[in-house]
Amino acid sequence: MMSILVIAESNGIEVDRGTLSAITAAQKIGDKINLLILEDSEQVINKAKKIKGVSNIITTSGDLQGGLAENLAPLISECAKDVTHVLSSAGTFGKNIMPRVSALNDSQQISDICEIIDADTFVRPIYAGNALATVKSLDKVKFITVRSTAFQAANDQEGDAEIVEGPVAETNGKSSFVKRDLSESDRPELTAAKIVVSGGRGIGSADNFSILDPLADKLGAAVGASRAAVDAGYVPNDYQVGQTGKVVAPELYIAIGISGAIQHLAGMKDSKTIVAINKDEDAPIFQIADYGLVGDLFEIIPELSDKI
Amino acid sequence: MMKILVPVKRVIDYNVKIRVNSEGSAVETNNVKMSMNPFDEIAVEEAVRLKEAGLAEEIIIVSIGDKGSQETIRTAFAMGGDRGVHIVNDLNTEPLVVAKILKNLIEKETIDIVIMGKQAIDDDSNQTGQMLAALLDWPQATFASKLELNDNQIKVIREIDGGLETLNVKLPCIVTTDLRLNEPRYASLPNIMKAKKKEIIEIPIEETGVDFSSRLEVLKVEEPEIRSGGRKVEDVNELISVLKNEVGVI
Repeated sequence: MMSILVIAESNGIEVDRGTLSAITAAQKIGDKINLLILEDSEQVINKAKKIKGVSNIITTSGDLQGGLAENLAPLISECAKDVTHVLSSAGTFGKNIMPRVSALNDSQQISDICEIIDADTFVRPIYAGNALATVKSLDKVKFITVRSTAFQAANDQEGDAEIVEGPVAETNGKSSFVKRDLSESDRPELTAAKIVVSGGRGIGSADNFSILDPLADKLGAAVGASRAAVDAGYVPNDYQVGQTGKVVAPELYIAIGISGAIQHLAGMKDSKTIVAINKDEDAPIFQIADYGLVGDLFEIIPELSDKI
Repeated sequence: MMKILVPVKRVIDYNVKIRVNSEGSAVETNNVKMSMNPFDEIAVEEAVRLKEAGLAEEIIIVSIGDKGSQETIRTAFAMGGDRGVHIVNDLNTEPLVVAKILKNLIEKETIDIVIMGKQAIDDDSNQTGQMLAALLDWPQATFASKLELNDNQIKVIREIDGGLETLNVKLPCIVTTDLRLNEPRYASLPNIMKAKKKEIIEIPIEETGVDFSSRLEVLKVEEPEIRSGGRKVEDVNELISVLKNEVGVI
């Protein structure tokens, strides 16, 4: 029987959606799933107990503050002694910690898998999803991060996991947590949003960029941008969608004044529905958009915001 | 005064439309424009700014790859790197192997800070910095968007899902760069000329003492299903109508 360790990311209330996806991925590999909770929170533990498919919840205590990789990596390694696979979601938490754990175990991590072929073989996107590589791991224990959009969230209502007391985290004294500032925008985060409204160089200036706000507000959408718009100084870098920015896959992506450079397409082409609005009817973005509207965005966007 | 190591990787330029080779075994790199990994450019820029601020004395650039990697090292020189190490390997080097090679190099050079890209835009692994930190037992400041160096520690602001996080890490440490850390400069012509004279030491990977065999066997590489375009709509009313009735997202 293959025993799998899933590292949970939690927020003081519950494990996040990415962790639930990682649990689904784990179920495709083996049948005994241990979920490691890196937070000393009864609420999180009680909720995690109900995740279907999880056999054991491993609790931890000690110096867990800030989820510092330096303190958690040895603790995770200790919990990984008798397992064949260690999984986490490929969010920034997993991306930060997993390679540290993998290297401590002299194993070559497999990042951001989107499909499981068998217990050793996985598919993962490379070149920002412009190619898919099927890779076979030769390491004894496999350390894996999971692309959460590729696996459904596990049911978190019908499970009944056992609680097992796990190790105590110790500080190694080389790093310390200061604070976390989570954005308090009313808008959803780019990578988690159901709808994304993005602007490109066609928007023309930093001032003009606010033309997207009423539309985004009405749709409850996140606002993104192409690299061209970022390079032109219209918006900060963290708006950037593309190969060198964020990769998004919302239900609806509305590209406004974006010509559709390859590096931008790499960041949004997995969106379920793509709408492009551009005055140049030959813009490459129309080749991949489900619905295209040719015209002046300064007329179209206010009208769209009004009528939607 | 501090010594900074900046590892750089030569990758297919981010503006190139990549294609899979005819064997379906890799992405074609022959006759394709290559450039420095964009996140590594940010790392070089940050190191140069620390040197310009009088906080660092030397910037060592290291690259692992085929002959062309020397061009990438020279690009880093033109931005302000001082000297270079080229570990020669014509084949792909996995992140764990890269981390082991860098560890050996760091132990010889007494480095204070390693600044490197958070990921390379070819394999998108996002592993090497964290692995190197593990092997050295150094602290890691990944996905950094702001650094503030005080005495023997760095206060770093990191990009995390949903916001920012602030950490203090003691030196020596590993920093991996995110997009907002800085905007890399363009090299000036005199600096490009000067870069040609700077020293690069070549070391064949076989002489690094690191087992560089692959742990991840690439069985195949394929292009994802191509998304085909849909249709044009006439006006805003029609767009709203399809989004409501055909797509059902609004």
